[in-house]
Amino acid sequence: MSEQQDPSAAGGGAADRSAAGKSHGQVGIVLVSHSKEVADSVARLAVGLAAGQDSAPVEGAGGGPDGGMGTSAELISAAAHNVDSGAGVAVLVDLGSAVLTVKVLLAEGDELPENTRLVDAPLVEGAIAAVVASAGGADLDDVAAAAEEAYHFRKV
Amino acid sequence: MTDLTDELDADAVFRWLTAAAAAVEREADQLTELDSAIGDADHGTNLQRGFASVVTALGKEPPSAPGAVLILAGRQLVSTVGGASGPLYGTLLRRTGKALGDAERVTGDQLAEALRIGVDAVAQLGGAALGDKTMLDALYPGVEALSAGGPDPYGAARTAADEGALATVPMRARKGRASYLGERSVGHKDPGATSSALLFTALAGAVADE
Repeated sequence: MSEQQDPSAAGGGAADRSAAGKSHGQVGIVLVSHSKEVADSVARLAVGLAAGQDSAPVEGAGGGPDGGMGTSAELISAAAHNVDSGAGVAVLVDLGSAVLTVKVLLAEGDELPENTRLVDAPLVEGAIAAVVASAGGADLDDVAAAAEEAYHFRKV
Repeated sequence: MTDLTDELDADAVFRWLTAAAAAVEREADQLTELDSAIGDADHGTNLQRGFASVVTALGKEPPSAPGAVLILAGRQLVSTVGGASGPLYGTLLRRTGKALGDAERVTGDQLAEALRIGVDAVAQLGGAALGDKTMLDALYPGVEALSAGGPDPYGAARTAADEGALATVPMRARKGRASYLGERSVGHKDPGATSSALLFTALAGAVADE
């Protein structure tokens, strides 16, 4: 599921939205969760909370190869290619197999777009920070840094 | 009896992985049951799906070198398992396969050495060490026994991996979901170590058929 609030892409399919992302050269963001619902909802949440600005290409890659709970290398790879516009892709994950699968895909060398990075960040807060940063035109280093900083937003 | 100077070809490795798939199929319920005690109750079904797809992929286009068979199998596991065991076993087979290179026949010594590289890669990927109650607690003793050679290195590796898996019972999990249980993980056999031991059982069976 791709989330892109650029008005020029309104009503377009995922491919159109990706194309809109490409024209901006924004950092793409992939959210990997064991649950498809979590991945897609966090993508919507992050875009929703970044409202008021142009958004960034975000796509959830949730659930396993059989559609149940788990991690799917193919969904991750497809999502990364969908959000890639050449400016890099930040991948945020929940835990366990999500972390390990992305690490293995990065090590394989040919499964993910060039300049894809596993970002060490909390999934929900990190996704929001990453979308805001990417929407503001930040490069991959800055998007990753914004997401990682989310670990330090104390709540009490 | 097969010793480490005997050579293995792609077909022997194919037989090994086919035997592993059969063992996983046979033990799937037990693996899932172990995993329901300290994990998320999907280890058996995940590995069953993964190894079944390995056998299908290898049957379609059987590579001619042992290394290539393992690399293809590893890729299949990464893309079809869906749990942490996918990237972990995928890395084990892929790195072992890469270490074997393109040779059409490899000796047992070369396989043992390559397996050690694969197991080290698993340790690095998961950030685990011996004694953390993981796959490594069966894989390392298995590789150790295989490398030691002797008249029946494959049988010795099978025994060592089995014993290693059994030795995880009193351990406290320090990696993965089971680590959230803390002391409550003690008293349960680790599912990953159990399935790892199956790999050595399958290997011993496959070389015995030679």
